[in-house]
Amino acid sequence: MRRVYLDNNATTPVHPLVLEAMIPFFKETFGNASSVHYFGQQAKKALEESREKVAAFIGAKAGEIVFTSGGTESDNLAIKGVAYANRAKGRHIITSSIEHHAVLNVCKQLEKKGFEVTYLPVNRYGEVSPESVEDAIRPDTILITVMHANNEVGTLQPIDAIGKIAKARQILFHTDAVQSVGKVPVNVDSFNVDLLSLSSHKIYGPKGVGALYVRRGTRILPLFQGGHHERRRRAGTENVPGVVGLGRACELAAENMDEEAGKLLALMDRLQSGLERKVEDVLLNGHPTKRLPNTLNMSFAGVEGESLLLNLDMEGIAVSTGSACTSGTLEPSHVLSAMGVDPQLAQGSLRFSLGRENTEEDIDYVLAVISDIVKRLRAISPFYKSSSSPS
Amino acid sequence: MLYSEKVMEHFRNPRNVGQMENPDGIGHVGNPICGDIMELYIKVEDGKIVDARFQTFGCGAAIATSSMVTEMVKGKDIEEALRISNKAVAEALDGLPPVKMHCSVLAEQALKSAIEDYLKKSGRAKTKEETEVDDDG
Ligand SMILES: Cc1ncc(COP(=O)(O)O)c(C=O)c1O
Ligand SMILES: [Zn+2]
Repeated sequence: MRRVYLDNNATTPVHPLVLEAMIPFFKETFGNASSVHYFGQQAKKALEESREKVAAFIGAKAGEIVFTSGGTESDNLAIKGVAYANRAKGRHIITSSIEHHAVLNVCKQLEKKGFEVTYLPVNRYGEVSPESVEDAIRPDTILITVMHANNEVGTLQPIDAIGKIAKARQILFHTDAVQSVGKVPVNVDSFNVDLLSLSSHKIYGPKGVGALYVRRGTRILPLFQGGHHERRRRAGTENVPGVVGLGRACELAAENMDEEAGKLLALMDRLQSGLERKVEDVLLNGHPTKRLPNTLNMSFAGVEGESLLLNLDMEGIAVSTGSACTSGTLEPSHVLSAMGVDPQLAQGSLRFSLGRENTEEDIDYVLAVISDIVKRLRAISPFYKSSSSPS
Repeated sequence: MLYSEKVMEHFRNPRNVGQMENPDGIGHVGNPICGDIMELYIKVEDGKIVDARFQTFGCGAAIATSSMVTEMVKGKDIEEALRISNKAVAEALDGLPPVKMHCSVLAEQALKSAIEDYLKKSGRAKTKEETEVDDDG
């Protein structure tokens, strides 16, 4: 069966060159980077070279990169690290209502510990307004954390504008750039961010490794206690093969991003216009243009997302959905809810997230099978009435 | 989350799909938890359910349980049909993942609501007849 993977925002396959770079670090160069002997120093060298690569990719200095176990840990370290380091200064945090749960649930946890959190609303495209950030600032605000690109709908935030506000008001600014790194330009100075999270497995690197950028002079408390690794900001023997993979992935992304983004955008346009042409009553969720070049979230009126997803899976096509029935928590997508998407349309939303291995043939295959699936599900649906042929 | 083969089979080829002309009972229920919606129609003759059809907006579990419940009720009398539980429907499908059990409640409720509708209508039909008789007399 033909298999088409359109779930690259969930995770990506490891790039062959990334894998190649990692392999020696499982066996030959297996040392503990904290060891003084040859084995340790070889590992240490690789670790520091990777740190340089990651730093260069986002316009940072090597000393500002902390390796972590992934995006979730980076978000936790950034937010809890800043919150606990600054609790004497203030207890107020500003975030958005469409963050990944790695940010939202950290904020909820902090609320239980005596912090106060403002969850900023978004407009129907999923954008936070810089004015709302400005208005939410209080004398006791210690951190602003707003994601760069949303994982479900791909909308890009006005990060430069928010960064300027944070800088002018001297408030620490963190952004979760897990989805934007490698897809659009990310630069810690032009964003004016103090902390930035990224994750390896979203950019054709291995799973279980990521990084947090921490601007020089920014104090954070570590999440857990242990050895003096990562300048005491993240205890634990470094995942050298993983870090090497992340470094190589950043290097490749830097080389290929412009070309890749152009290709992805063309494929995504092909998919979007094809869906709009072939399937009735589909609606785009997310910003029409200020969006990641690979993310297309569409609602199919009258059908539920999981049943659509399962049918596509039976045809070999992998996507994801914002349907409540699939979320595990039985709640519809908090992102689509915050954008004011009608609950039934949110139930019928699909996210197509493209990657470097996708081709025009993949897109045409999706377009060839999806309209029959939607028609069949609409025929089963108790309330779908076609808009063009009233019956 | 993984569905049993039987669930997938009913999901792929749902039985008794579509509206029914002149049903004797209609059940319309929505699942407030996940937003699934189901409509179930029954035809009753001599106290027996002779036909059942459905329309469902919902996940794999919702569609499969809808399909299964319409199969299970056919040929049953009203009393028997009222005793069909969501658990029985799930079991007939070789089980559902725990997070999906709530979807099977929809099928049970849709059936109960269709039967209630039938009982109400047939009850109302009787009173109507009686009133008409009264009027005539
Ligand atoms: C925006 C965003 N933040 C954080 C994460 C978590 O990253 P990880 O899977 O590396 O823990 C993800 C992954 O889905 C994400 O999309
Ligand atoms: Zn369901």
